[in-house]
Amino acid sequence: MLEDYEAYLKYVADHPKVSFEDFRKKREKKPRQAPSVVEEYDESEEDAAMEAEWNEGHIHRMKMWQRSYAVLSVLVSAVVLVFFFQVSIQLPPFGDPTNPDLNEVTERYIEKGLEETGATNIVAGLILDYRAFDTFGESTVLFAATMSVILLLRRPRPVKDSPIPRDRILQMVGLVMIPAVMMFGIYVVLNGHLSPGGGFSGGTVMGCGLILAYMVMGRSRLEHYLTPNRLTGVTVACLCTYGVLKGYSFITGANHIGWEVPKGKPGAIFSSGFILPLNICVGIIVACTMYTFFSLFSERED
Amino acid sequence: MIALELVLLVFLFFCALTAILTKHLVAAVITFMSYSSVMAILWLLLESPDLAITEAAVGAGVTTLLFFLALRRINALKGVDEDDD
Repeated sequence: MLEDYEAYLKYVADHPKVSFEDFRKKREKKPRQAPSVVEEYDESEEDAAMEAEWNEGHIHRMKMWQRSYAVLSVLVSAVVLVFFFQVSIQLPPFGDPTNPDLNEVTERYIEKGLEETGATNIVAGLILDYRAFDTFGESTVLFAATMSVILLLRRPRPVKDSPIPRDRILQMVGLVMIPAVMMFGIYVVLNGHLSPGGGFSGGTVMGCGLILAYMVMGRSRLEHYLTPNRLTGVTVACLCTYGVLKGYSFITGANHIGWEVPKGKPGAIFSSGFILPLNICVGIIVACTMYTFFSLFSERED
Repeated sequence: MIALELVLLVFLFFCALTAILTKHLVAAVITFMSYSSVMAILWLLLESPDLAITEAAVGAGVTTLLFFLALRRINALKGVDEDDD
């Protein structure tokens, strides 16, 4: 835009009757070619003087506006800066036990969290039990984003093999890294209710592993197993599982009546109620989303 | 520990400034990635390892990959991306 305007300023010195809009249209039709294309825009000479006058006023006004933009941006930034500094000075100190955020809600989570949700990792218990529907909504948003990307970017054409990096060292290091990355992601997902981590972070790590595999092994080998249709199916299945599990828990008053899952044993993977399957669902959804984004965006426009 | 935190905070500050001010797009993306990595360590020091894992995976991993994809789309990776047909 700015570049266009600079070119227009040069151009308008010789051809005063061309307005900025027309100039841009001309340039967009034949983008970045020799200026002779625009040179042909010499039709009739009538009203030239009037338009020149109008244009000069226009340019003058635009320059004024640009100057005022600079002043205004500095002013706004200064005001926001002062405001933020004021607020951050008034914030309570970090880690103070009398802080207002340490109220009865936090107390309840810390004291009863293990007993009620069964998750040793309080954060997992929070996001997958107390606030499970919040996570459900987030997963649905991710799913909707994936669907939009697939609808917008997927073209029904034969898949061309993506270029495998020619650097042999990079390729070998990538091949060695993939299992480690994937195992770490799976560990973070499966151990999410016992140690830091959970569905979202583990799913992102697994997605990174899939992307690495895509880059190292080439598209065709991965696309053989992970077609967009299959990814969509897996994501939908995970979302439905999440919804059914959590809906059941919701209807039975968060007690899982009739399907008692052993809960609350620190250190045992098969404990803590529904949190493990929910973590797996969220992890698979996130991994599929990341991989779909990358594979669809990396298709070249040929 | 306080000294380590201070060093990391100063580094974070300069990373943020560089990511905004540099004209070189690839350098901006890489400094943004290092910003996220340092932020992950800081989350760990602030005793929130959940956030640290997420920040490292999303901020330093996926965001950077998507940025690089975008740069490749607008042909900003001159000399780096040589597998053009």
